[in-house]
Amino acid sequence: MTYQRNLVSLNTLNEDRSWELATYERCGGYTVWRQVIAGEISPKEIVDAIKDSGLRGRGGAGFPTGLKWSFMPRSAAGQKYIICNSDESEPGTCHDRDILRYNPHALIEGMAIAGYATGADVGYNYIRGEFMDEPVPRFEAAVKEAYDAGLLGKRILGSGVDFDLHTFVGAGAYICGEETALLESLEGKPGKPRFKPPFPASYGLYGRPTTINNTQTLASVPMILRKGAKWYAGLGPEGSGGTALFSVSGHIEKPGNYELPMGIPFKDLLEICGGILGGRQLKAVIPGGSSVPVLPGELIMSCTMDYASLQQAGSSFGTGAVIVMADTTCMVRVLQRISRFYMSESCGQCTPCREGTGWLYRMLTRIVDGKGREEDLELLLEVANRIEGRTICALGDAAAWPVQSFLKHFYQEFEYMVRNEGRSMVIETG
Amino acid sequence: MTEDQTFTIEVDGQQLEARPGQMLIEVTDAAGINVPRFCYHKHLSVAANCRMCLVEVEKAPKPLPACATPVMNGMKVFTRSPLAREAQKGTMEFLLINHPLDCPICDQGGECELQDVAMGYGGDISRFTERKRVVRDEDIGSLIATDMTRCIHCTRCVRFGGEIAGLRELGATGRGEHLRIGLYIEHAVASELSGNVIDLCPVGALTAKPSAYQARSWELSEYDGVAPHDGLGSNLHLHVRRNRLMRVVPRENEDVNQTWISDRDRFSYQGLYSDDRLQRPMLRENGKLREADWQEALMAAARALKDASGARIGALISPSATLEEHYLATRLLRALGSNNIDHRLRQGDFRGDAADPALPWLGQRIADFSNNQATLLVGSWLRKDQPMLNHRVRQSQIDGALVMAINPVAYDFNYELDVDIVCIPSAMTKELAGVAAALGVDTLGIEAVPDPAHHGIADSLKSAAQGTVLLGNAATMHPDFSLLRALASGIAAAAGVTLGFVGSGSNDCGAWMAGAVPHRDTGGKAIAPPGLDAAAMLEQPLDLYLTFGVEPEMDVAEPARMAAALGAAQLLAIGSHTSPWLLEHADILLPAAAYAETSGTFVNIEGNAQSFRGVAAPPGETRPGWKILRVLGNLVGLDGFDYAESTEVRDEVLAACADLAPDNRIGDLQDRKPKSAPGEWERVGGVPIYAVDALSRRAHALQLTPDAWGGELRLNTAAAAALDLGEAAAVRVAQGEGSAEFEVRIDDAVPDGCIWLPTAVPGSEALGAAFGPVAVEKA
Ligand SMILES: Cc1cc2nc3c(=O)[nH]c(=O)nc-3n(C[C@H](O)[C@H](O)[C@H](O)COP(=O)(O)O)c2cc1C
Ligand code: SF4
Ligand code: FES
Repeated sequence: MTYQRNLVSLNTLNEDRSWELATYERCGGYTVWRQVIAGEISPKEIVDAIKDSGLRGRGGAGFPTGLKWSFMPRSAAGQKYIICNSDESEPGTCHDRDILRYNPHALIEGMAIAGYATGADVGYNYIRGEFMDEPVPRFEAAVKEAYDAGLLGKRILGSGVDFDLHTFVGAGAYICGEETALLESLEGKPGKPRFKPPFPASYGLYGRPTTINNTQTLASVPMILRKGAKWYAGLGPEGSGGTALFSVSGHIEKPGNYELPMGIPFKDLLEICGGILGGRQLKAVIPGGSSVPVLPGELIMSCTMDYASLQQAGSSFGTGAVIVMADTTCMVRVLQRISRFYMSESCGQCTPCREGTGWLYRMLTRIVDGKGREEDLELLLEVANRIEGRTICALGDAAAWPVQSFLKHFYQEFEYMVRNEGRSMVIETG
Repeated sequence: MTEDQTFTIEVDGQQLEARPGQMLIEVTDAAGINVPRFCYHKHLSVAANCRMCLVEVEKAPKPLPACATPVMNGMKVFTRSPLAREAQKGTMEFLLINHPLDCPICDQGGECELQDVAMGYGGDISRFTERKRVVRDEDIGSLIATDMTRCIHCTRCVRFGGEIAGLRELGATGRGEHLRIGLYIEHAVASELSGNVIDLCPVGALTAKPSAYQARSWELSEYDGVAPHDGLGSNLHLHVRRNRLMRVVPRENEDVNQTWISDRDRFSYQGLYSDDRLQRPMLRENGKLREADWQEALMAAARALKDASGARIGALISPSATLEEHYLATRLLRALGSNNIDHRLRQGDFRGDAADPALPWLGQRIADFSNNQATLLVGSWLRKDQPMLNHRVRQSQIDGALVMAINPVAYDFNYELDVDIVCIPSAMTKELAGVAAALGVDTLGIEAVPDPAHHGIADSLKSAAQGTVLLGNAATMHPDFSLLRALASGIAAAAGVTLGFVGSGSNDCGAWMAGAVPHRDTGGKAIAPPGLDAAAMLEQPLDLYLTFGVEPEMDVAEPARMAAALGAAQLLAIGSHTSPWLLEHADILLPAAAYAETSGTFVNIEGNAQSFRGVAAPPGETRPGWKILRVLGNLVGLDGFDYAESTEVRDEVLAACADLAPDNRIGDLQDRKPKSAPGEWERVGGVPIYAVDALSRRAHALQLTPDAWGGELRLNTAAAAALDLGEAAAVRVAQGEGSAEFEVRIDDAVPDGCIWLPTAVPGSEALGAAFGPVAVEKA
């Protein structure tokens, strides 16, 4: 089966100098924004179209974007903000980077439209610090082009519409991708998530109503409005409209970013990516970034890549970052590595995450070092259970889910290692 | 739904009334349902980070933190359901894995929230077998001992700094397991409220350094007390072991100090145990002091009082003496035929006495200060002089009020002043007159053209629905206090705000009620002609002085002249401490119990009489002051001095004051000529926070803080250049007859042409009044 690629967020990808304004406009860019400025589309029409399109947030939680926008008190007086989350730090995830590099104007147009729809005339793009070399300058150059063309700023193209867009570069903390930690960081404070409620739509940046969306989410907006909500919704199955930019990594022949329709069967995705590295057997897949539960190969082979199917299989669509592991992978070591990540990236403010993530990692390390005890496996699970659902932000859940799912699906490997002084059941070949 | 509408929620099957906007924990606390917590504190913002208070809420898939979950109509909550218990136990386990559990050597042991909660929610054996975290300690000064390995990261101390103390000193740095609570830059904490973090800290990470390792909490008996240093009368718990006061902590009183106290109130008790406590009566014989027994000493004192002619006796009573002591001293003096009695020892100007109200006070309830919309501070370093009142003003500003000041130094506040007029002391009347002129009221003949700042103050006061003009300690010590007061009174009246006084000790209102002033008797009855006020007692030296709780070289407006006058006369000194000066000059010394050692009453500056019992044993043969005065009364043959209990004395004064209401109405001022004249150098006085009285001056730990004032003098960069002085250079100051040497600190908070040199600090004994011209030269 063939699939159309790059229909939405990377639509300029095959053009020469895809990131330039001229290219973007040649491909139909900014037509919606111009209509908005001309007053041809109302904020309500925009929000309704986004709702109808079935667009869900690509930042990980899959929250319906149109619904989120409708929470904004659009007509209330005072400053409101639209924020793009380009902190992209979820292990395995790298699609926002390519949007910033190859199609930054789609994001700019998306943010401007989102701002207009939610009553925000100031936008910030929070970009992870590690993107300093290429994505940040690309994005900034595009913003400058848009300003120079009169597409951003005050009284845009002589209308009454204002929209200012600023770049903010983070300093390398995964937690700053959590939306309220991002707000704190943007305000110049340590990136520690806020307790919710209140939610950003009522109390966001500097206490003002704020919408935060992922880069890919926002970059999808112009095309949805250009081609219509129906068109977009029809690209994917019920409940999972449009395309997704899959970041495929791991033991795969052709790792990379693939924009494909939602609902593509996993095996087709695998095939498009050239199959498992070296023709080996598939062992497991983490289908949505390191935070979502792992799925054994045989289970995911029957899944389609959308919200419903993956949830039914016991995992989640997450960020669409597909981490593929071949049969030579030691799952204990993978989990140890993942746990180290969450330990290091915990902001430390709430007890279960601060204390629990380190405990998990230390137990796993002890097991890998051959000093594991049988009772450790139960304790690992209990510690994970005592973190899950008890923390201020979802990092706690993200640290717990891998532990729970790895133990659920690969218990034998853990047991073997504990009983055999740290020897792995699998022969690793990297 | 409005704020005062209520609805019902169900907690553990109990129907509870709740208001919209409340958090669950507020409702359970009010109902006495115990939900465990560490990070929550009712006077701090909600952090919801400890996760100890997780409870089950019907329809919520996950347990929710009671401290951060707003109540909703009809909500059903389970604080002890299996889900809630499991969540609470989970948190407890996490909190304990890295906690050192060194309870046997921890000062917090026995009064540790972690220990207490662990009893209910912890396991018997730890499942954690990895290595525990160890955290390096920091030296954060003389008041707070740290053991940061014990920290559970509740951030109460951090939030206290930002929200209450107004100083972000302690902060959280690092991430995850490496999250550390500490100073951003290692130094001694400089907040006058810092000790409150000791109470806030639920574990033994922050404990009281002065009492470290001295007592176990279960050895201590807790008694009620009232703070003895400023007019607030903060409520205290006094912790006593075997008759010795071991430490002091706040006693909650929402109307006065909420859950806080100042460091001065917390640590001054150290002064009770200084080496120079007066322990036995002493008499001067042939020029030499010797110890005497009480009988002999009291007889000698009575004889001296009887032998002196009434009008030739003067009494100087500490404004922090108790109501009972003030009353008995007043009665004694008046019975001896003298009206020369005063407690206003540091006041700089008495020309307004005829215009005095009968009972000057704060003008508002303390709690009302939080709701003021505008506050004008005149000659006040409120932050250091009355820390807990300043806290209220700060809260008002957080809520949007404007706080303005006219001060002789750009005092450091823990908030930004909205208008900050800093001028040389002799210009203060003129600046205040500017505000008066802006409001179109009498400027007392002072020529003043209002500038935008004056208009700003005037407009802010006028547009405030509730506000105050507060005369602070520097204003009281000012040589034109009567003018400042008259101007402030006119301003307050025209702007429709209150006029307030802060008092100089812990019992100014009590002193007024008792009649410890030359022109009013008990109950505020006017006396004509009045006796001599504290200043006049210097100008017209008397034959015999009675001092009560006073160190004359420290606690008065003009130390050098006072010392000379008292030194030349007969001196009967009743007090708790000796000093070299007293040992040289006093003729009779009678040891009186200090605070916490005697029963009595302080009437705080809002007019609230708060009585207390003596709970610690005074040293040696020391006796309660009211008993000493009672016996003296008996010995000089006065009737009605047969009180068996101090409460009888109190009841008598309070009855006599039944018709006396606090009142700040100022009469017409006769003498309107400013006394203060600009000199080449002007002295800016005041009394540093830890120099206000004998007790705080002797509290060792307080004297090691950045707020302690050593033998130094401050002037600004330009002044230092003009005098060719650098930091730490020696400088000589001459004032009146005396002169002394000080060490220079360069401080640009001091206006041009001024030196900031308080009274009651080393070296100041030799000098004159707090404000006035001085000669300054490089030493
Ligand atoms: C620990 C943590 C890290 C996150 N990191 C990111 C991130 O890097 N980028 C992102 O878009 N969303 C991230 N999120 C999700 C955001 O909190 C938020 O849900 C998202 O930005 C909303 O955008 P969306 O609705 O368009 O997905 C993270 C969430 C958590 C809990
Ligand atoms: S779950 Fe972890 S990262 Fe999130 S707020 Fe709590 S400590 Fe911070
Ligand atoms: S008391 Fe509620 S989370 Fe700490």
